[in-house]
Amino acid sequence: MLTILFDGIAYGMLLFILSVGLAVTMGLMNFINLAHGAFAMVGGYITVLLMQKMGVPFLLCLPLAFIGSALLGGVLERTLYRPLYHKPHLDQVLFSIGLTFMAVACADYFIGSSQQIVQLPEWLKGRTEIGEGALMLGMGHYRVFIIVVCAALTVGLQYVLTKTRFGSQLRASVDDQRVAAGMGINVNMIFLGTFAVGSGLAGLGGALGAEVLGLEPTFALKYMTYFLIVVAVGGTSSITGPLLAALLLGIADVAGKYYIPKLGGFIVYSLMILILIWRPQGLFVRKGGK
Amino acid sequence: MHKRLFLHATALAICGLAATNAIAQSNTFKIGLILPMTGQQASTGRQIEAAAKLYMAQNGDTVAGKKVELIVKDDTSVPDVTKRLAQELIVNNKVNVLAGFGITPSALATAPLATQSKTPLVVMAAATSSITEASPYVVRTSFTLPQASVALGDWAPKNGIKKVVTLVSDYGPGIDAEKYFKERFIFNGGQVPESLRVPLRGPDFAPFLQKVRDLKPDALFVFVPSGAGAAVMKQFLERGMDKAGIKLIGTGDLTDDDQLNDMGDGALGVVTSHHYSAAHPSPLNQKFVDAFKKANPGLRPNFMAVGGYDGMRVIYEALKTSKGQGGGDGLLAAMKGQIFESPRGPMFIDAQTRDVVQNIYLRKVEKKDGQLYNIEFDVIKDVKDPGKAK
Repeated sequence: MLTILFDGIAYGMLLFILSVGLAVTMGLMNFINLAHGAFAMVGGYITVLLMQKMGVPFLLCLPLAFIGSALLGGVLERTLYRPLYHKPHLDQVLFSIGLTFMAVACADYFIGSSQQIVQLPEWLKGRTEIGEGALMLGMGHYRVFIIVVCAALTVGLQYVLTKTRFGSQLRASVDDQRVAAGMGINVNMIFLGTFAVGSGLAGLGGALGAEVLGLEPTFALKYMTYFLIVVAVGGTSSITGPLLAALLLGIADVAGKYYIPKLGGFIVYSLMILILIWRPQGLFVRKGGK
Repeated sequence: MHKRLFLHATALAICGLAATNAIAQSNTFKIGLILPMTGQQASTGRQIEAAAKLYMAQNGDTVAGKKVELIVKDDTSVPDVTKRLAQELIVNNKVNVLAGFGITPSALATAPLATQSKTPLVVMAAATSSITEASPYVVRTSFTLPQASVALGDWAPKNGIKKVVTLVSDYGPGIDAEKYFKERFIFNGGQVPESLRVPLRGPDFAPFLQKVRDLKPDALFVFVPSGAGAAVMKQFLERGMDKAGIKLIGTGDLTDDDQLNDMGDGALGVVTSHHYSAAHPSPLNQKFVDAFKKANPGLRPNFMAVGGYDGMRVIYEALKTSKGQGGGDGLLAAMKGQIFESPRGPMFIDAQTRDVVQNIYLRKVEKKDGQLYNIEFDVIKDVKDPGKAK
C-alpha cells in the first residue's frame, strides 16, 4: 500500500520536473513548445554519454545535464524560437514538432537507437523497508533521491517566481511586453533566461528519468503526451498546479497498474478526461490570471 | 499538349529502364531484406544485416551462376511500411526472396503478398507461432516463443520452483510465451497465481514488479522484447526481489547477448531457455562469433544474428539445389527439409510446417573472461514448435 503510494509520488515528482519547464514556456511566455521532450532527451543523453564514455560520476552529470540543455535552449531561443513568438500558435506547434522529429532522427543517427543503460552509484541502488504487512513501506533509494531533488527544485522555483525581482520582471514582461520594455526591463534577456532555465529543467528531468523511464531516441515523443497532460490538468498559471497534477497522475498511474493491471495505462487518460470535463481550464487556475 | 508529350516520353523512358532491368535481372538473384534499422527494434536489424553480410562475405556472392544481390530496406518496425516496401521489392525490384522481418505484425502484414506473388518469405526474427500459417510461402529460421518457453515449464518444477508469476509484454509473442509456459508448468504440477501483461510502451515496471513481490512466488517468468529486458532486470534488483527469495527466469530475450554485458553483475545466475547463446560451445559457433566480432567491432552476435545467418544459408542452399529453376515454388521446395549444422547447433526446416526444429538450451548467466555470457547447462533436443502440434 504505502510502497505504491511512495512509488507514485516519486514517479509524479519526476513527471513534474520534466513538465514544469513546459508549463513555464506555455503559461508564462505563451509559446507552445512541443520540442520540450527533446530537451529532456538531450539531458538524458548528456548524462549517459558522460558516464559511459568519460566516467564522470552520476551526481556531477546532473548539473552538467542541466547546463548543457539550458545552453542549447538558450542558443535555440536566440536563433529559432524568438522569430516565432508573435506567430500564431499553429505555426509554433508545427515548428516545434518538426524540431522534435529532427531530434529523434539525430539521436538515432549519432548515438544509435538501443536503450541506454545508466549505471547508478552503489549508494543509490539499495532499498530501505519499514513496517510489516499491508502497511509496509519499501523505498528505493534512487526514488527517495528523486523526491528530494524535485522537492528542493520546486521550492526554489516557487521562490524565484513569486519573491524575487527576476520573477516580477518576468511576470511583467509576460503581461505586457511593450510596457515592461518601456519601464526599462530587458524583455529579450528575461525571455532568453526563462527559456534556457525551462530547457535546463527538462534536461535535468531527462537525466534523472533515464534510469526509471528508459532512454532511447523516441523518448522525445513518447513522453510528450505525459507532459501535455500534466500541463493541461494542472493549468499553466502557477507551478503548484502542475506539481499537484503531476503527483495525482503519478500516483494514479502506479496505483492503477498495480490494482487493475488489465487497464494499465488507461487510468491516466480517463482521469484526465474527467478532470477536464469538470474544470476545462485545468485544476488550479487563478481567477483573472492569464 | 506538352504535358501529354512529357507523359509519353516518361512512359517510354520507364519502359526502357524496365527492359534493361529485365536483361540485368536474368543473371542476378535478388534478396529483399526488410528489417527495422531505426526505431525501437533497431538492434534486431543491425544484427541481422551484419550476419547476412558476413554470410555473403564468407560464401561469395555468386551461387549457381547467378550474382546474389542483397537489397536492405528499413521498415522502422511499422507493419504498413513493411508491406509497402515488400510490394515495391516484388514489383519494382523483382526480388526472388523476401527476408528479414523484425516483428510479428510486420511478418503477418506481408504474408499475403508472398502468397500472391509466390515469393518465398524467410522470417529471420519474428517469433509468434502462427506466422508460418499465414502463408504457404513463409519459412522461418529464428525460433518460436512456445518452443523457448515450454522448456522452462519443464525445468522449473524439477528445480524447486513451484509457484510462478508471469509477466509478458501485451502482444503476440508475449501472449504465446505466457500461454505455453503456463500450460506446461501447470501440467507439471506448478501454480501460476497471477499473469501480468504490461503495455508494450509502458516502460516503468515498478507497479507490476511490486505486485509480484507482494504475491511472493518462487520465481518470476518474464518475456519482454529484447531491449526492455535490461530495464526489467534492473528494477527487479532495485526492488530487492532477489533478496526476497524470488528467482528471475524467462526466455532468452531477457538476457540478450547484445545487451547482457551492460546489465552488470546483477544479471548473474538468471536462468533462461533459448536456442542460441554466443557462448555455445561448438567449433562452428566459435568461428562464427570470431568472424562476426571481427567484421563488426564492439558487437557480439545474438540470437537475431544467428537467425539471419542461417536464413542466408537456407536461401543460398535452396538456390544451389534448384539451380535457379522453378521460380519461387522451386526455391520454396528446396528450402523445405534442409538439415544442417548451425552455430546454434543442429537445425532442421520442417517440410510440413516450414518452421525450424532445433535444440533448446537451458542457460545461466555466468562470468567468462570478464564478460557476462549465457552458459548452457542442459539441452532439450530437437524441439518442434508446440504451437503446431495441434
